[in-house]
Formats: sequence, structure tokens, C-alpha cells
Amino acid sequence: MALLELRNVTRRFGDFAAVDDVSLSIEAGEFFTLLGPSGSGKTTILRMIAGFDFPDAGQILLDGKDLADTPAEKRPIHTVFQSYALFPHLSVADNISFPLRMARRDPAEIRKRLTAALEQVRLSGKADRYPHELSGGQQQRVALARALVNRPRLLLLDESLGALDAKLREEMQVELINLQREVGITFVFVTHAQVEALALSHRIAVMNQGRVEQVDEPARLYGFPRNRFVADFIGHINMMEAQVAAAGHSHLHLAVAGLGEIVTPLQKDVAVGDKGVFAIRPEQVRIGLQADLAELKNHFPGEVHSLLYQGDVSVYRVRLPNGKVVEALLPNAAPGRAELFRMGAVIKVGWRHDAGVFLHE
Amino acid sequence: MNDGRKQSHATRLTRWLVGGPPLLFLLLLVAVPGAIMVLASFRYPGEFGGLAPLFADAQTLHGVTTETYRFFFSDFIYTEVFLKSFGMALATTLICLVMAYPLAMLIARSPKRNRNLMMLLVILPFTSNFLIGIYAWMIILGPQAALNHAINALLGAFGAAPVQLLFSPFAVLIVMVYVYLPFMVLPLYTNLEKHDPLLLDAAQDLGANAWQRFWRVTFPLSRPGIFAGCALVFIPAIGMFLVPELVGGTGDIMIGNLIKEQFLATRDWPFGSTLAILLTLAVLLVLWIVAKLSARGGRYA
Amino acid sequence: MRRGPWLWTAGLAAYVFLYLPLTIVVAYSFNDSRLNAEWVGFTWHWYRELFQDQDMLNAAGNSLLIATLSSLSATLFGTMAGLAIHRYNFKLLNFLVLAPVAMPEILLGVSLLLFFIQVLNLTLGMLSIVLAHITFSIGFVAVIVRAQLTSIDESLFEAARDLGATPWKTFRYVTLPLILPAVIAGGLMAFTLSIDDFVVTFFTAGVGVQTLPLRIYSMIKIAVTPEVNAVSTLLMLLTLGMIVLASRFAPDVLKGKI
Repeated sequence: MALLELRNVTRRFGDFAAVDDVSLSIEAGEFFTLLGPSGSGKTTILRMIAGFDFPDAGQILLDGKDLADTPAEKRPIHTVFQSYALFPHLSVADNISFPLRMARRDPAEIRKRLTAALEQVRLSGKADRYPHELSGGQQQRVALARALVNRPRLLLLDESLGALDAKLREEMQVELINLQREVGITFVFVTHAQVEALALSHRIAVMNQGRVEQVDEPARLYGFPRNRFVADFIGHINMMEAQVAAAGHSHLHLAVAGLGEIVTPLQKDVAVGDKGVFAIRPEQVRIGLQADLAELKNHFPGEVHSLLYQGDVSVYRVRLPNGKVVEALLPNAAPGRAELFRMGAVIKVGWRHDAGVFLHE
Repeated sequence: MNDGRKQSHATRLTRWLVGGPPLLFLLLLVAVPGAIMVLASFRYPGEFGGLAPLFADAQTLHGVTTETYRFFFSDFIYTEVFLKSFGMALATTLICLVMAYPLAMLIARSPKRNRNLMMLLVILPFTSNFLIGIYAWMIILGPQAALNHAINALLGAFGAAPVQLLFSPFAVLIVMVYVYLPFMVLPLYTNLEKHDPLLLDAAQDLGANAWQRFWRVTFPLSRPGIFAGCALVFIPAIGMFLVPELVGGTGDIMIGNLIKEQFLATRDWPFGSTLAILLTLAVLLVLWIVAKLSARGGRYA
Repeated sequence: MRRGPWLWTAGLAAYVFLYLPLTIVVAYSFNDSRLNAEWVGFTWHWYRELFQDQDMLNAAGNSLLIATLSSLSATLFGTMAGLAIHRYNFKLLNFLVLAPVAMPEILLGVSLLLFFIQVLNLTLGMLSIVLAHITFSIGFVAVIVRAQLTSIDESLFEAARDLGATPWKTFRYVTLPLILPAVIAGGLMAFTLSIDDFVVTFFTAGVGVQTLPLRIYSMIKIAVTPEVNAVSTLLMLLTLGMIVLASRFAPDVLKGKI
């Protein structure tokens, strides 16, 4: 049985369905992420799990028991808020022991757990400080310790890394993964930052307009997006209109207007004549001089249109014969050299027959 | 918000537990007295002042009447007092605005650490009793004071007749401005403090001189503060009775003096209530106009 | 910052306008002369006189008692009202709280006079004054408390519940400590307003009870003696202390958010 289960949950604000018939099940010990643009309903789902909002229809079950009649303060579910919501009038120690005192644990145990929690987030020396005296990263760790100290069944994290700068964010990501492994508590993480979601999660649910578009492991989500929204939202991707011309026993043959035929791996639910888009990640697209790419199944002539130098990699934008521009990602292995191909140079573009994916309209 | 079937009951209960006692108190001491005043304005005065009892004896029923309202409009003298009060309150408001604006601007553009002290200095005279302020001006404007001597010496040099500063409309105006000036500074400062100083740099960069920067940037942005300040000064000013009573002449009385007279001296409570109702209506009219004006000008607020 | 010479001049002139009259009153309270006309010499005489004036002492006692009773009640009611308006969007309460503050004071005075005599059949005195003072003070407390509540991150209350605090415990351990400075500042404001009030007191006091402002009023109306300078100076000192204290607890009191 899943630890947490959402069954056909719907939440409306007036005519607007913030969450529209969502079903999810989250396993014990999992790091589960709700990923989506703002307004996609992910925060509303989080608030309903925490008990600050209530579904208009459907059920939320924890260990198989409906939570509808359990108020927020009775749920064994704690939240790390986006703003951290540290109590400004309480010291770090009092903030962290707050849930223990609310649960009327005995003083000796409170002291023991507090010490352990402070150690766990490496804040033992800051117990008597007040939140405004701490850095952003330290505040984040206090919020984590406070939410974990009473050992909830489920920890909710609401855009919790959003307020940190890029470098600190990366550090906290590593800490978060380690912490989750250590405590073994199920994490449900809400974010709009796809990089973060890919780095942290066991599984990700991509949300759009109140609905779940796809639930999958990060690598599958990135490699095999199920529709245009998911493909577009996660990472960069090239797309071109295509129609299924033929289906072999392991490959699809797609017809692209003005370009010719593309070979791509066979997919389920695809029939000859289907219309859609062919999508391929920039790092799968290779570019080179005439001869280099001849062994690839898919190769076409192209003209270098523009170049974005990004330090570790360069993004080349190449115009294909049909006028379409595709992006290709090239690692900059040779230092000090930004431009491998000149603007306007005529080159070859290609990708392997097992790259890319066909997406229905 | 959907607070769930279970919680909504508890929420409603707490709402009344927390809000109920003050609500009950204010209903009893604000709403009910207000309603009684409306009612009283349609009644007859009692034999010994106050209100006539609704049932004097079994036979005679003292009902309701619009007599007091008719009486108000029958003699132009009352309308005149209303108009003069409006004029006095308006003049007070405008002078306060002109005096408060540079002060509020000065404070808003001072270093942050000094602003609170500078505002404290504005607020202190306002929280100290306004009777003391009036009294101070009675000394300053009094016939024995240096100011009066100096002005009359000057007038004498030009062959003009000596004047009395105290007990004149001039005295009423200056004291009213004195009493209400802080009310104007507060909202103006609150507004001006929020202006981004970069706006003025940008305006200057784009070729605006100091005068243009004020009229094209600072002033339009401060309109919400101006409206708030004008309402805060005008409304209490129009109901004032103490200043005209203590430093004004007999011709300088305002609505407030009429009302006070009816309630405490003449003891014609129905007419006093009528005057109070008409004052209320005047104030509501002003509030409505201010609300309309600021709704039009408040789009960048 | 842009502060030209004309801005300095106009701003300082306004300060002089505000403080010159008060300075004169304070100065004359130490003047060894019966007339407020010219400086004769320094004396404590008027203060000594003041502390032998039994009527004045009675009035001061009344004022302090009224201010204490009314500010305590207004703090309680005002805090409740501020909470109810902020948390439960209580529109009617919001209107009733602001109405006595937004209207000219004389209207509250005469309507309460009518109500006390005509409806409650109450003999005007201490009780009627205290009730009237509570009425106009509630609004000030409620507005200060509400401003404070608005400045608190709403997720703090959710965090408390999320971590297991019942609504009452949330109030006790989170809300109350966070609004306490505003509650204290509101109480001090209410006390100051009560001590200083003339208009509403004037209509609700009746004949038996004198307060300091009523006493000052009859003194400057009938017979001006420099004793008024002395009592005014003391009253100003008291108010000064209260406001400075209140601004310690809630700096917003100074920012015109009230």
C-alpha cells in the first residue's frame, strides 16, 4: 500500500479548477517531486496534503486512512515553507523544539531530540541565535530540522530552495538528498525549477493547468517525454512537425516536410498516418564537416545561423533546408576556442537512429 | 476559502468569540446612539429641554415631525453658518497643505536614521492637548503681547487704525491650522517616503529641472497622500467648536458652536440633533468626493 | 538626497510654527509674573500653587483613573477587534471601529449624551466618561494591532498549526507574542488619548466630575492665571513620555499608519 494516495482530487476556486481530478500515489521512503509552472496546481496539492486547504472532490489518504477529518495540527505531516516561516520571536532551539512542545513530549526527551536535530543540520553552536541573525542557508536548515524533529510520516517542501542563490542552492540540494537518505522520511517537494527536480527526485510528477501530465523517474521523463508540454518544460528540445510514414519492427519512419525522412525508435500507440512532432534534445544533435556524419541514419545539410558561447558548452543554431532552425550542443573541450564553425558555414547536421521521440499532437 | 465542512463551524464560533464583544460594545455605543440621534431630530423638544416623552399621558401622543428641518432652512442664518464653516475648514485645509508639504518632503528626504525623530517632533504637538495649543495662541495674539504691539505700531506709522488680533477670523484660522497641521504631515510623509529617489534622478537625466521634477514626478505621485491629508484635516476642522469659541469673535461661530449651544445651553435637543445630522451628511459628502477623486488619481498608488 | 535651501527653510519654519507656542507656555510657567506678557524672573511658584489646588488635584486624579480604566478596556476590545477584522474579515466591525474616529468628535459627544440620558437614564459622571473614552479608543488600538498583524508573514500561523499547535496554542505561542508590542503601543495611545480628550468628555461629564482638560478649559475661559502654564507643561511632559514609550514598542506609530 502506498504511504500517501490522492484519489481523483479536485479543487476549484470559483470557475477555475486549480487541481483537476488528480490521482497520485507516493511510496514510503520516496523523494517525490511535483514539478510545474506557477499556477499549475502543485502548491494547492501541497496545501491540501498539509491540511490548509480541502479538496472539493476526491480523497487524500495516508496509510489508507482518509485525512478529510484530520485538522492540520493532527496530521503527522510537516512542511518546510517557502519563506521558511521561522518564528522570529523564538531562538533556533525554541523554533526546533516547537513541535515537540506542542506534542507535550517530556523535557528530557525534548532536550535529547533537540541536540540530535541541531547536530544533524550542523547548527549546534547557533542554538541561542534568533532567525534574523542567521544566513539564508542556516535558516533553511533550521526549518528542515524543525519539520523533521518530531519524525513526521511525510515532509512537504514548498519551493524550499527558491530563496537561495545559485551556489548555495546546489549545496543544499546535496544536503537534502543526504538528509532524506539518513532519516528515511518520505519527502514531497514542490518546485518550478526542473534542474532541481531532476537532481533530487526519485520520481517526478509534471503538472500543468491542474492536471498531472506525466509521472516518471527523472531520466525517463527527460528521455521519453510523453507529450509536447513535458518535452518543452523539461530541458531544451528541438521540435519539428512530422507525420508517421512507416513503422518497422524496431523503428518509425517519419516524414518531415521539406527535409525528408527521419528514423526514430518505435513507440507504442503510433500508427502510420499519425501527425505530431519529432522532438530531439540539442545534445543528441551532432554537427560537423561533410564527411563526419555520413554513417548516421539521419543527416542533412545545414547552415550555421548563430552561436551562443556558454563557457562549458556552445549552442549552435543551424538552419535546415526546410528553413527550420535546430540547436546543437557542443562541449568546449579545447580551451580558449569559442568558435568551431563560422557563421554561415555550410555543414552537416545529424543524429542517431535511436535518438529523439515522436509526440502526438 | 473552503475551510472544510468540519472547520467552518469552529471558525464561525471563534469569529464571534473574538469579534463579538467589541462588536456588541460598539453597536451599543456607536450604532444605537447614532440611530437615536436620527430619531431625535424628528421629535419635539421637552418642556424643560431635552426630548419630549413619546407618551406624555394617555391622551396626547407626541409623534414625529420634520419641524426642526423646516426651521433650519427657514432662517438663512443657519445655512450661512454652515457655509462659513465649510469656508473656514477649506481654508484651514489648504493652508495646512501648503505648510505641510515641504515639511513632509524634508523629512522623507532626510537620512533614514533621522526620520523617526523628525516625525516624533511633528507628532508631539498633536498629541499634546489641543487646548494647550489654543491657550498658547491666546497668549501670542493677546492684546498685551509683543506681536499685537508690533503690528499696531506698524499700522500706526502708516496712519491706519489699530487692530485686535485675538477674537477675529484671522485668529480662528491660524489656530485651526496650528491644531491640524500634523494631521496633514502624517499621510503626506507616509506617501513621500515611499517614492523611489531614482525617479528624480531619471527625470533629471531626461532633462527635467527642479521645478519640473516636482510638478511632473513628486506631486502627481503624492496625490493619494494629499487626498488622505485633506480628509484628515477637513473633517475634524468642520466640526470644531472650541477654537471659534475661545479665539473667535461673535461672528466667527461654526456648526460645532451651534450644536453645542443647542445641547448644553438652549437644550433644544431635536434641533441640536438635526444640526448634527446635517453635519454628518456634509462630512459624508466630503468623504465621498475625496474617495471619488482618489479613485481617479490613485491608479499608481 | 535632494534637499534644497528652500525646502530646509520651509520645513524649519513649520517646526518653529509648531513649537514656538508650546515653548512660550513652558517658559511662562516659570515666569514670576501674573501676566503672560513679559519675562520677569524665574520661579517655581506656579507649580507649588498647582499642588495646593485641591480642585486641580481632584481633576488630575479623575483623569488618571479614567485613562487607566478606559485604556485597559479599550486595549482588550481593540485587540480583539483588530484580530477579528484581520483574521475573519469582519466588515461591520471594521466600520464601527473606524466610525467614531473618522467623524468629527462633537458628533460622538452629543450622540452619547443623548444616549446616556435619554436611553440609559444614566447620571453623567465617571461611568459615562469611561464608556465614551473606550468607544473612541478602540479604533486606535484596533488599527495599530491590525497593522502589526498585516506585517506578519501569514505562513507563520500555518507553520504553527503544521507543527501541531491547536488554534489556541497558535494564538498563545505565536500570534500573541508577535502582536504584543503593538498591543502595548495601542494601550499607551489609548491612555494618552483619554488623558488629553476634551470634546467627548465635555459632553459626557455632566456637572459633577472634572478632568484635567475640563479644568484647563474653564481656567482659560474664565480667569487666566499662570497656573494653566504649569499644568499644561506637566500634561505635555506626560504625553511626551507616553508617545516616546509607545514609539519604542511600535515604530509605525510614528509613520502615520494610524
